[in-house]
Amino acid sequence: MTETAVIERVTLSHGAGGPAMTELVRQVFLSAYGDCGETGDDSAILDVDSGRIAFTTDSFIVDPLFFPGGDIGRLSVAGTVNDLLTAAARPVAVAASFIIEEGFQIEPVKTIASSMHETAREAGVRIMTGDTKVVPAGAADKVFITTTGVGVVLRDGVSGSNVSPGDRVIVTGSVGDHGAAVLLARENLLDAPQARSDVAPLTEIVLSLIESDCEIHAMRDPTRGGLAAALNEIARQSGVAIEIDETSVPVTPEVRAVCEALGLDVLQVANEGKMLVFVAHRHWEQALSVVRASRYGTNAQVIGEATSGPAGRVTLRTVIGTSRLLRPPVGELLPRIC
Amino acid sequence: MRYSDEFRDREATLAIARRIASLATGPATIMEVCGTHTMSAARFGLRALMPEGVRLVSGPGCPVCVTAQPDIDSFLSIGDEPDTVLVSFGDMLRVPGSSDSLEGKRAGGAQVRVVYSPLDAVEIAQQTPEKRVVFFAVGFETTIPATAMAVLSAKRSGARNFSVFCAHKTMPRALRALLESGEVRVSGLLCPGHVSTIIGSAAYEFIPDEFGVPCAVAGFEPVDMMAGVESILRQLREGAARVDNAYSRAVPREPNARAMEIIYQVFSPCDAVWRGLGVIPKSGLSLRETYADFDAAILFAQAIARVPEARPSACRCGDVLRGVLAPEECALFGRTCAPENPVGPCMVSSEGACAAAYRYGGA
Repeated sequence: MTETAVIERVTLSHGAGGPAMTELVRQVFLSAYGDCGETGDDSAILDVDSGRIAFTTDSFIVDPLFFPGGDIGRLSVAGTVNDLLTAAARPVAVAASFIIEEGFQIEPVKTIASSMHETAREAGVRIMTGDTKVVPAGAADKVFITTTGVGVVLRDGVSGSNVSPGDRVIVTGSVGDHGAAVLLARENLLDAPQARSDVAPLTEIVLSLIESDCEIHAMRDPTRGGLAAALNEIARQSGVAIEIDETSVPVTPEVRAVCEALGLDVLQVANEGKMLVFVAHRHWEQALSVVRASRYGTNAQVIGEATSGPAGRVTLRTVIGTSRLLRPPVGELLPRIC
Repeated sequence: MRYSDEFRDREATLAIARRIASLATGPATIMEVCGTHTMSAARFGLRALMPEGVRLVSGPGCPVCVTAQPDIDSFLSIGDEPDTVLVSFGDMLRVPGSSDSLEGKRAGGAQVRVVYSPLDAVEIAQQTPEKRVVFFAVGFETTIPATAMAVLSAKRSGARNFSVFCAHKTMPRALRALLESGEVRVSGLLCPGHVSTIIGSAAYEFIPDEFGVPCAVAGFEPVDMMAGVESILRQLREGAARVDNAYSRAVPREPNARAMEIIYQVFSPCDAVWRGLGVIPKSGLSLRETYADFDAAILFAQAIARVPEARPSACRCGDVLRGVLAPEECALFGRTCAPENPVGPCMVSSEGACAAAYRYGGA
């Protein structure tokens, strides 16, 4: 029977809802996700504590699918988990939908699925439901993944609108790693410096911050648009000004070299395993040491503070001591010509 | 990072700033010729370190910005021809033509690819032999050798489906045109570091000799740029005019012979239209007859001939490029013209004066 043979490539019949699809789900997803509580029903049922639920969704279309430091599977779980964490929620479950291009090999799909499982286990969530569609060759680029997550809100009032003047800004580690790694992998650009993506679920950092009783006002994962975009969003939402000290922003030598060579502003380059934490002034030292004690937070730094300056304004004190605006980026990152 | 950290040092920068303050005796307008200088000055907030009366103005050194509207419209029109792939540097993607941009063309179904090197465009041509791959060659002496190499490589490897739409320009003649017009009273020129690695600092010697304007070749880190400004102010103070090389770790006096040879093996000088500056004799390059098979201006002459004349626009990028208008003085700046909906190229390019002023503002 063809349905039970080992699948090598995804065909349109694998998305048609028949036995071929059941076989794809069995061979790829169920075997990768393991303990996902699969019942064969169309909906998964979650047991959650009473209270408030955080709920988020995101789509992932990274090219290439595999890059130094991660892959689209790890990205799709970590991205949604980190979005739940910004609401001070404990992530509980993730749903994953795949859109696969006809003719794509099955091996990378299996690798992606097991990477998702591994990341979910690390993040403390289960992948509990999903969907697979196959589109004709050319109608999608290899694999697109959409993940949706739910979490239980552990602490109320943590929001991008709750930053007050005096709050300190902590970044949980070096910035620009993901964007630099993907750009290098995509364009096969430079031989010398190897940047690695930071893609990671930040459950440990955020849950320990919440347990620590530090007064956290806001958290944001600075993904697309990097630090510049996230800081501008928060300044606008909270109606505060934010001042950042360029010299205290951690950047690895590899990422710096890439950004200098390509003419990119590292503050606009994407991160996938970092959190910006806005903490009440009196708790900043405690919060910093909690973050630094976590696996992905050892290089955390205080990089600036919120002030009562003009609402929405983000300024950067440069390495030579002058001051300038830090604007959000526009459009794609475009390397310079010369 | 070596060769960058020591030239980004706070104390070293401030020490030069103090010397600059003591050298400045009156008003001085210093033109930073290169777009990367403009961006660097904005990124590091260098204008705040200038003494009163000493003004940094942007010049014609942003390659995307000086590309004339008809050239952009012509290149875009090639994308309407069957089986074409338009290839460009990323900087050009969002620059508006008369009715569209490369980004708009791409959204409308045209094949548009972004590369970091012209040689990548040849590779695209080799991988898609059924397509006609056209590279939009813009830029100064820094990028011209790479385009020349791409043409040579295409010829050698028989990639007959590769061609170049050449809008390359050479820098010294533009500076001459700018100074001859007398429109901007420039006290000194901060000459472009990257371009100078190819053409050598001697290429600017006509400027002090014929126009009496002091020059300094400068790199792009704060210490480099400040050292260039210091050298110009020192010359003004002494009543001297010469070409100082404040970027000697990268720039020699003589041109890079190998690079110049390859440029003129493939190209010959031609008159070129610059945005804002008009026609400057012998300031452009066209492919030599030997390489006519790779010249998109010839291959797509019919499509280009159908391009309607560029419409006049309220955009004042031309004035910005000549240094007669500061970006903030343009009526469109930050209102109808911003990086997300640019009216002119200076708001798009990462080297554009308007983009620099908008992105980094005055804090």
